[in-house]
Amino acid sequence: MSSKGYIQSYSIIKNNRVVLNGEEFFAGGAEDDFATFIRALYKKLEITHSSFYKMDDMCKLGLLATELVLKDAAIREKYSDTEIGVVLSNSSSSLETDTAYYETVKDRNNYFPSPAVFVYTLPNIVIGEICIRNKIKGENTFFIFEEYNPEFMTDYVNNLFVSGKLKSCVTGWVEYYEGHYEAFVYLAEATQGDNRCIHSAEQVRKIYSF
Amino acid sequence: MVITGLGVISSIGNNVQENFNALTSLKPGIGHIQNLDTVHKNIIPVSEVKLTDEELVQMAGFDKNRAVTRTTLLGVIAAREAYLSAGLDKVNKLRTGFISATSVGGMGKTEVLYPRYLDPNDTGDFMRFLETHDCGESTERIAETLGIKDFMTTISTACSSSANSIMLATRMIKAGMLDRAIAGGVDSLTVFTINGFNTLMILDREHCRPFDDSRQGLNLGEGAGYIVIESEEAAKAGNRPILAEVGGYANTNDAYHQTASSPDGQGAFLAMKKALEVAGLKAEDIDYINVHGTGTPNNDLSEGTAMTRLFGANVPKFSSTKAYTGHTLGACGGIEAVYSTLAIMNKTIFPNLNFKVKMKELDLTPETSLLSGVDIKNVLSNSFGFGGNNSALVFKKI
Amino acid sequence: MTTGAFILQNKLEKYIVFKFFIMEELVNQLKVQIIKALKLEDVKPEDINPNAPLFGDGLGLDSIDALELIVLLEKEYGLRVENAASAKKIFSSVKSMADYIAEHKKA
Repeated sequence: MSSKGYIQSYSIIKNNRVVLNGEEFFAGGAEDDFATFIRALYKKLEITHSSFYKMDDMCKLGLLATELVLKDAAIREKYSDTEIGVVLSNSSSSLETDTAYYETVKDRNNYFPSPAVFVYTLPNIVIGEICIRNKIKGENTFFIFEEYNPEFMTDYVNNLFVSGKLKSCVTGWVEYYEGHYEAFVYLAEATQGDNRCIHSAEQVRKIYSF
Repeated sequence: MVITGLGVISSIGNNVQENFNALTSLKPGIGHIQNLDTVHKNIIPVSEVKLTDEELVQMAGFDKNRAVTRTTLLGVIAAREAYLSAGLDKVNKLRTGFISATSVGGMGKTEVLYPRYLDPNDTGDFMRFLETHDCGESTERIAETLGIKDFMTTISTACSSSANSIMLATRMIKAGMLDRAIAGGVDSLTVFTINGFNTLMILDREHCRPFDDSRQGLNLGEGAGYIVIESEEAAKAGNRPILAEVGGYANTNDAYHQTASSPDGQGAFLAMKKALEVAGLKAEDIDYINVHGTGTPNNDLSEGTAMTRLFGANVPKFSSTKAYTGHTLGACGGIEAVYSTLAIMNKTIFPNLNFKVKMKELDLTPETSLLSGVDIKNVLSNSFGFGGNNSALVFKKI
Repeated sequence: MTTGAFILQNKLEKYIVFKFFIMEELVNQLKVQIIKALKLEDVKPEDINPNAPLFGDGLGLDSIDALELIVLLEKEYGLRVENAASAKKIFSSVKSMADYIAEHKKA
C-alpha cells in the first residue's frame, strides 16, 4: 500500500480496565464480573442508548469501545454517513450468544426459543448497533481470525481509504467468550490532522500488544 | 477481474449443470424437512440439498471416519467444482486465495453433541467434532483439500457474507495482492437456524412468494456457491474460457434495525448505486437484477422501494431465485453469483416462481416466465444481511 | 330488604372487589415479567402506567420486543398468539395483556 491512513484515537478494554489514547479512562473492581463492569462503564460514559441492556455482552463491549473513540471525534460533522465505515474482527464469532440461544431450545419439554437472543447470534450485529447509534452507512464487514491480524486489517482499511471508498473507519478486534473479553477499537482516518500516528501494522502493534 | 470457473450445490442440483437444468425447467427444491430431527418436521417447508451426510462424504471423497461437518462437505463439493471448471489444476500455480463465508459453521453437529460435550462421563470418538464448530474451520478444511495456501479468510456477515467474499477477492486481485481467488460461501441447515427464524416469525408455512402481495416469509435453504476470479493476466494462461467479469461491487449499512430493513430501503439504495458507480454504469445499463427477494414482507418492500428510487419508471427485468433454492443465508451471494453468470452466458433470465399479484405499495412485477435469447450485458445481484449489512455486485458480459 | 338479599349483594360486592385485586396482582406480576423478559433494567414496575401504550413512545419497545412478549405469554400463561393482527390488540398496554390473560387463561 503506497499511502497509509492515520490513527485518530484508540481504546483498549481488558481486565476490567479501560484505556483511551494511552491513558486510563476507567477501572472497574478487579473482581467484578463483566456484567457489573460494563454497566459501570456505561454509567461512566453518561450516555443513553435505548437498547443497551437488550444487547448481548459482545455488542455491549463493541458499542462502548466505539463510543470511547468517537466521543470527541465529531465524525458526522466532518464526513457524510457513507464516508464512514466499520471493519471489525474476532475469533469466537457470536459463540457466547449462540450457546445462550441454544439453552432456550435444547429441552423439548421447556421449549421457548428467544427471538431477542437469536437476533444476536451473528458477529456482525455489533456493527449494526454501532451504525444505528452513530448513523454510519458506509462499508462494513466482519472477519473471523484465530487471533488479531493487524497486517490484514490495516491493509484492508487503508485500501478503502486509497480507493476513496471511505474517509474514516472504526476498526479493530472485539472478542467475548465465556467471560474472557478483549476489545481494541480505534478510529482511522484517511487524512492527517493533529495528534495522529500513521495507520500501519507496526504502529498498531506499538499501541497495543496482545 | 474475470470469472473463469463456477461451482454450486443447492436444493435444486449438486453441480452447475443440474442447477441450470432445474432453473430452466422451473423445478424448485422446496419441501419438508428430511435430514434434521426437529419438532417442525412436517410443518415448516425448507430447501435442503437432496443428499444425506453420508452421501456428501462419498461425493466429497472423504474418509467416512473423518470428523467433518455438513458445511465443510457442501463447501468442498462446490469449491472443487469451481476450481476444476476453471482448469486451475492444469495451469501454473500463481498466488491464489480462498475467501469463504458462513454463518452456521459446524453448528449442525454441535447442536446434536452439545449435551454430550458437557457430560464429563461421556467420552468417545464424538469429541473430535468439538474443533469443527468454528466458522473458520470449514474454510481451512476446504482450502486444505484444494491445496490453497497463499491466503485464506472467513467472512461472517449473515446473508451478505458470500457477496462480501466476492467483493474482497476482486479487490485483492485488483490491488495486486493475489492473482486468483476462489470466493463465495456455504451454509447448511440446522435446527438452531430453523428455530431462530421461526421465533422471528419470518418463515412462510407455504412455498415463498418473493415480491408477491400475499407473501408471508422466507423458506430456509442450504448450499454452497463459489466463483473463480482472476486478473486478466492470470486468466490468459492455459487457453481457458472467460465466462464473465466482476464489474462492480459495494457494501453499505442500513443503520436502521438489527434484523429489519428500513422502510425507504436506504441501505439497499446506496449499495446498488455505489456498485453501479464502481462498474462505471448508469442505471439504464442494467439488463437483469437477481434480487435478494427473500419473500418476507419487510425485505421485498424495502428492496422494491430502493429499486424504484434508483431506477425510477425503468426498473430492469428482475427475479428472485429464492423460490427455487430457498434462502441459503451465508451462501446466497455465492450461489446467486453463479446464477447471474449463467444468465449472462446462456442469455437467459430465470423466472420468479410463485408470483401472482404485485405489492400494493409499488408498481413492480418480476419476470414470471423463463426468457431465452436475451442479450444480457450487465447483471446486478443483491444480498442483504441482518445487522443492516447490504451488498450489491455487478457482473458484466465479456 | 330481607337478610337474604343483603347477603347476596354483599357476595356480589366481594366478588367484584376480589376480581379487582386479582387483576391488580396480575398487572403487577406482568410488569415484573415484562421488565425481566425485555431486559428493561432502568425501569421499575411503578414507572409503568398499565394503561399507557406499550409501543410507540414510552418504553420504546420494538418489533423484537413484541415477539418476546408473545413468548412470555406462552411461557408464563400457556397462551398462544397466532398472528400479528391479534398481537397488536393484545399488547397495546399492560392492562390489555392482563385482560386477555384473565379471559383466556386455562383454570
